Amino acid sequence: MIQTEELKYAYPSSADVLRGINLTINDGEFVAIMGENGAGKTTLVKTFNGLLLPTAGTVKVDGVNTRESSVAKLSKDVGLVFQNPDHQLFSETVKEELAFSLRNFGYREDTIERRVATILETLDLTRYAESSPFVLSGGERKRVALAAVLVWNPKHIILDEPTIGQDYQQKDRLRNFIVQLNAQGKTVIIITHDVEFVAECKPRIVLLSRGLVVGDGPAEAILSDDQLLDRSSLTRPQIGALMYQLADLGLPEGVIDVYSAERAILQTVRRRK
Amino acid sequence: MRVVQADHLTFTYSGAPKPSIQEISFDISPGEFVVLTGPSGCGKTTICRCLNGLIPNFYSGEFTGELIVDGMNVKDHTTAEMATHVGLVFQNPENQLFSLSIERDVAFGPENLGLSREETRKRVDWALEVTGITDLKDKPPYELSGGQQQRAAIAAVLAMQPKVIILDEPTSFLDPKSALEILGVISDLNRRLGITIILVEHRLDLVSKHANRVIVMDDGKIVLDGTPRNVYGEQARLIGIGLPRVTTLFNLLQKEGLQFSRVPTTVDEAAHELRKMLAR
Repeated sequence: MIQTEELKYAYPSSADVLRGINLTINDGEFVAIMGENGAGKTTLVKTFNGLLLPTAGTVKVDGVNTRESSVAKLSKDVGLVFQNPDHQLFSETVKEELAFSLRNFGYREDTIERRVATILETLDLTRYAESSPFVLSGGERKRVALAAVLVWNPKHIILDEPTIGQDYQQKDRLRNFIVQLNAQGKTVIIITHDVEFVAECKPRIVLLSRGLVVGDGPAEAILSDDQLLDRSSLTRPQIGALMYQLADLGLPEGVIDVYSAERAILQTVRRRK
Repeated sequence: MRVVQADHLTFTYSGAPKPSIQEISFDISPGEFVVLTGPSGCGKTTICRCLNGLIPNFYSGEFTGELIVDGMNVKDHTTAEMATHVGLVFQNPENQLFSLSIERDVAFGPENLGLSREETRKRVDWALEVTGITDLKDKPPYELSGGQQQRAAIAAVLAMQPKVIILDEPTSFLDPKSALEILGVISDLNRRLGITIILVEHRLDLVSKHANRVIVMDDGKIVLDGTPRNVYGEQARLIGIGLPRVTTLFNLLQKEGLQFSRVPTTVDEAAHELRKMLAR
C-alpha cells in the first residue's frame, strides 16, 4: 500500500509543486494519475520510491515512512520507469542493462541469466539482447527501460507516460501486459495524458491539478465530468465525446470505449424497433 | 505544380542490413495537409529526415532515387539551405529550444540567414503573433508549459518562412487540451497561410479532421495513400494502424447489420450519422 498524508513538496527555491496530497493506493490496484502539464504528477511518483522526500507531510510504502528508508531499499518494492528512457539507460547492451540491477541486489548469475531471458521474451526484446540500447528506436528504448525495472520483480510498478511514441499495436500489447501484471497482484500506477488509452483500460483515475488531487474515481465518471476535465486540461475520449453529443437520444451516460458504445447503440436501436 | 516530388527513394543507413525506405514515390501539392502514419519502424522518421535534407547530408548511408522539395534537390543542398524551404518540428519541444528567451529562440534562424535586423524583427514578431505567444516573448523556455514551448518551437520554424512544415508527433508530450490547441495552430498555418503540412502521427483520432490526405507506410514502403475515408479500411486495420475509435465503432455496428450512408472519420460525422439513424 502506498499512502500519502498532507504531502507537500517544493523544489529548492520554488513554490510548492505538491500542495497537500492525501492519497491511498491499495495493493493490486490499477491507477492512472492524470492532469495538466506541470500538475505535479512526476513529482508525486518520485516521492513513492524515496527519490524525493516530502518537504512536509508523509509518504508510507507498505507501512514504512520513506524518510526512514532509502531509495535503494524502497526501489526493491517500488519500480519506477521514467518517461524518458535516456534518463535511465546506460549499459552497452540491452542484456547488461537488465542484469545490472539484479547484480546490485546480489542475485546469483544463473538466476540473473534466467530472469533476463524471460523478461526479454515477454517484452518482445529477445532479438535486441546484444544490441546497444542507443541504436534502438524510441519506442523500443522505452520497452527496454520497462524491462530493466520489471526484471527485479517489484511489487508496485510505476510507469511515467508509457504510451508516448508507441504505435497502436504496442499500446495494445502494453495494455494486455498491464492487465497481466495486475492479475499477478501487482500495483500498477501509470502517469498518462492518453485519454484514449485510459478509456480502454478503465483504471481508477487520480486527477491532479496544480499540486492537488481534484478528482478521484472510476475512469467512466472522471472522463465524463467536463468541469474536472477542463480544470486538468484533459478532453473527453473520442467515444465519450460522441456519446455525449447523442445524450438526448436516450443513450446511456459514462460510456467511453468502443465496445460499450457498440452495445449501448445496438440496445437503443433494438428497443426502438 | 508539386511542392514535394519523391521518385524511387531508397535509403539504407550505414551498417543497417536492409533499407529503411524502399522505392518510395509520391507527390505532394502545395497547401496539402498530409498525415503520415504506420507502425513503429516503418520508415516515417527516415522520410522526414530525407525531406529536410538531414538525409543524405547528415546521416551516412546509401541514398538512391530523387527527392525535390520546393524546387530544391536535397542531394545538392545543405541542411541549412533546406531550412528556408522546409521546417521540422520535433516531438519534444525541449530538444528544440535553447536560448534565454523565446524571442531569441525564434530570432536564431533568421539571424543565421544573415537577414537585416529589420527583416528579422518583422519575421519574429509575425511568427510569435501567428502562434499566439507574443506575450511570452521575454520568458525563458523552461518557464513555459509544454504547449507554450511547442508553440515556440513552431514559431522558430515559421520564422524561416518555409513552404513545407514537417511535424514529428508534435503533441505526444502535451496534455490533451494543449494538444488540441497546437493542432489548431498547425491547421491555421495550413488554411490561412497555405503552408504544406506533413504530420507524423499514430493517433489518428486526434488528427483526422484536419487532414485531406493520409499516407500509410509499412516496412519501408507506402501501402495506402488517399483521403482519410478511403484509407481507413480493412487493410489499414490489418497493418495495425489505430483507426479513429468512431471509425472502428461504425465498422462494428455495420457487422451487426446497421446501415449507414458513410463510415465516419471524426466525432462530428459519427454523431450526424447516428442521429440520422436514431431519429428515423
